[in-house]
Amino acid sequence: MSDFTTVEIAKMAKNQGHISQRRYVPVHIILILGGLGMVFPFVYQILMSLSTNLQIQAVPPQFIPKTWHWSNYSDVFAKLPFLHQFWVSIEITVLRTVIQLILCSMAGYAFARMKFKGRGILFGVLLAILMVPGQSYLIGQYQVIQSLGLLETPWGIVLPGFFSAFGVFLMRQGFMSLPVELEEAARLDGCNPWQTFWRVMLPLVTPSLFAVGITTVLWSWNDLLWPLVVTTREESMPLSVGIATLAGQHSQDYALMMAASTMAMAPIFILFFSMQRRVIEGLATSGLKG
Amino acid sequence: MSEAGARGSVTAPSPGSVGPSGRRRRGSPTSVGAWPVAFIGLLMLGVAVFYYWPIVKNIITSLQQTNAFGGDPQFVGFANYRALFSDPDLGSAIGNTLLYTVIILVGVPLSVIIASMIELPGLRGKSIYRMIYFLPYLAMPMAVAQVWKIVYNGDFGLLNQFLKAVGVHNPPYWIVTPGWAILAVSIFGLWASIGFNVIILSSGLKAIPRELYEAASIDGATGVRQFRWITVPLLTPSIFFLTIMTTIGGFQLFDALFAMIGRGNPAEPKTRSLVSMFYQQAFVNSDQGGGAATAIVILAMVAIVTVIQFIGQKKWVNYV
Repeated sequence: MSDFTTVEIAKMAKNQGHISQRRYVPVHIILILGGLGMVFPFVYQILMSLSTNLQIQAVPPQFIPKTWHWSNYSDVFAKLPFLHQFWVSIEITVLRTVIQLILCSMAGYAFARMKFKGRGILFGVLLAILMVPGQSYLIGQYQVIQSLGLLETPWGIVLPGFFSAFGVFLMRQGFMSLPVELEEAARLDGCNPWQTFWRVMLPLVTPSLFAVGITTVLWSWNDLLWPLVVTTREESMPLSVGIATLAGQHSQDYALMMAASTMAMAPIFILFFSMQRRVIEGLATSGLKG
Repeated sequence: MSEAGARGSVTAPSPGSVGPSGRRRRGSPTSVGAWPVAFIGLLMLGVAVFYYWPIVKNIITSLQQTNAFGGDPQFVGFANYRALFSDPDLGSAIGNTLLYTVIILVGVPLSVIIASMIELPGLRGKSIYRMIYFLPYLAMPMAVAQVWKIVYNGDFGLLNQFLKAVGVHNPPYWIVTPGWAILAVSIFGLWASIGFNVIILSSGLKAIPRELYEAASIDGATGVRQFRWITVPLLTPSIFFLTIMTTIGGFQLFDALFAMIGRGNPAEPKTRSLVSMFYQQAFVNSDQGGGAATAIVILAMVAIVTVIQFIGQKKWVNYV
């Protein structure tokens, strides 16, 4: 990077633009057509959520509602336990993300920078759980949560998710890339290992924290099978399970379902748009290192 | 005391020690005493209670006959496994799971093409394209599948209206007809899988040195040849990673299926995947023993396929 001056970089960019922009027209056409396929379901969903069941079932299709039926959205709150489930989703996502970040960064730091007996073996024991598909734990986890009396509770939904081998792995990678001199300086200043970790090292691995945090938010908001198993009462379900139940009960009420599912997806989309670059970088690292 | 121990054990940095990742680590790991326990104790306890113990419980349960209405489970040996292998639904569950997996695997080469288009040097609107292709990955499968269900609807769905418009006389009732239903779910899965692939491949592409392309241009290699002989070979580690992840994900098909093919659906019994069969046994029919046996079969299948892929990678993956 430092080898080029900004002027040179600008010049290079200009040259490329000059050479290739016209040649890229077919590329743009293909990417735009494909992109429409990616976006269309969401646009259609929002249009239907403002429409009526009659219009949704119209042949030939009517994409643009004649009048905008915002009442579908208020119906969601009136007819369905939506707010309750929305709150459960927020609760489990925040709980799981915060606690997982704390546990994983501490463990990641220890595995990266502390020397203790059995470190390699313990790390192997931890990573081994990633090799096993989730279903193979599920019945056992259910039995454990049941015996703890936590079925139908947010804690029952989040507890197994606190302990993430994947998160520890990513955090360890983050800590390993920091220079050791920092810790030595901290130690000379009289920090104990906790203070070194908390005040000096942790602030330096924010990209890793983001990577772990973003994947956890996404997984816990969208997760279906585990919460489906742990909750059976409508008021203790998160949205993913709630939508499934609704889809059964209101299978013909398309507009209502569209409004509910739009609102169920909205928080993740808002989060994504507000910190787009971080999300993409975070997910890219989470994948490459996996 | 532990603090004193920690300080006392500070070792001199040993320059040149090489970390497990091959990266040069400046100095050795520091400190001992009780601190490691404080840092990893709770996590390892959780891992033991919520992962290691459950898998042991799963194995035990798979050897037991569980009673839906209470009462102690009985040890029955391999009876659950025998029942599973003689269950006619197992064949169709495996078939559906494999079909889904194969179809979403098509997403990997497709994503390679999309990502290498997006990352063409100097292309305008890269970040917008990245964002657009990435959107489906963010969407809650349960929620966005409701849209697809309407699109697939036999009477008024856009897909059939389109097919009729282009002259197909009797388009199928997609999600209520066995056979067509799993295909419909797979296409939804393919759509949903592109985004993650593109993000991973984009960052793989950015790591390829530009000089290679410049050298190739000077030698007269065209875009397509550059793609074939530079881009694809240097992307193979990312492609391999995605192939593994997609296969494992495909074997665990549940969300998309559960979202689209609900319980009242006439096609549902013939459209189960391995995981939805597992769910049905363990949590709908309250046959935890049978479900546990199915979970072990899923584990074995994933393990076998992953091992095969890791052996096969030597033939085509280039690690630089």
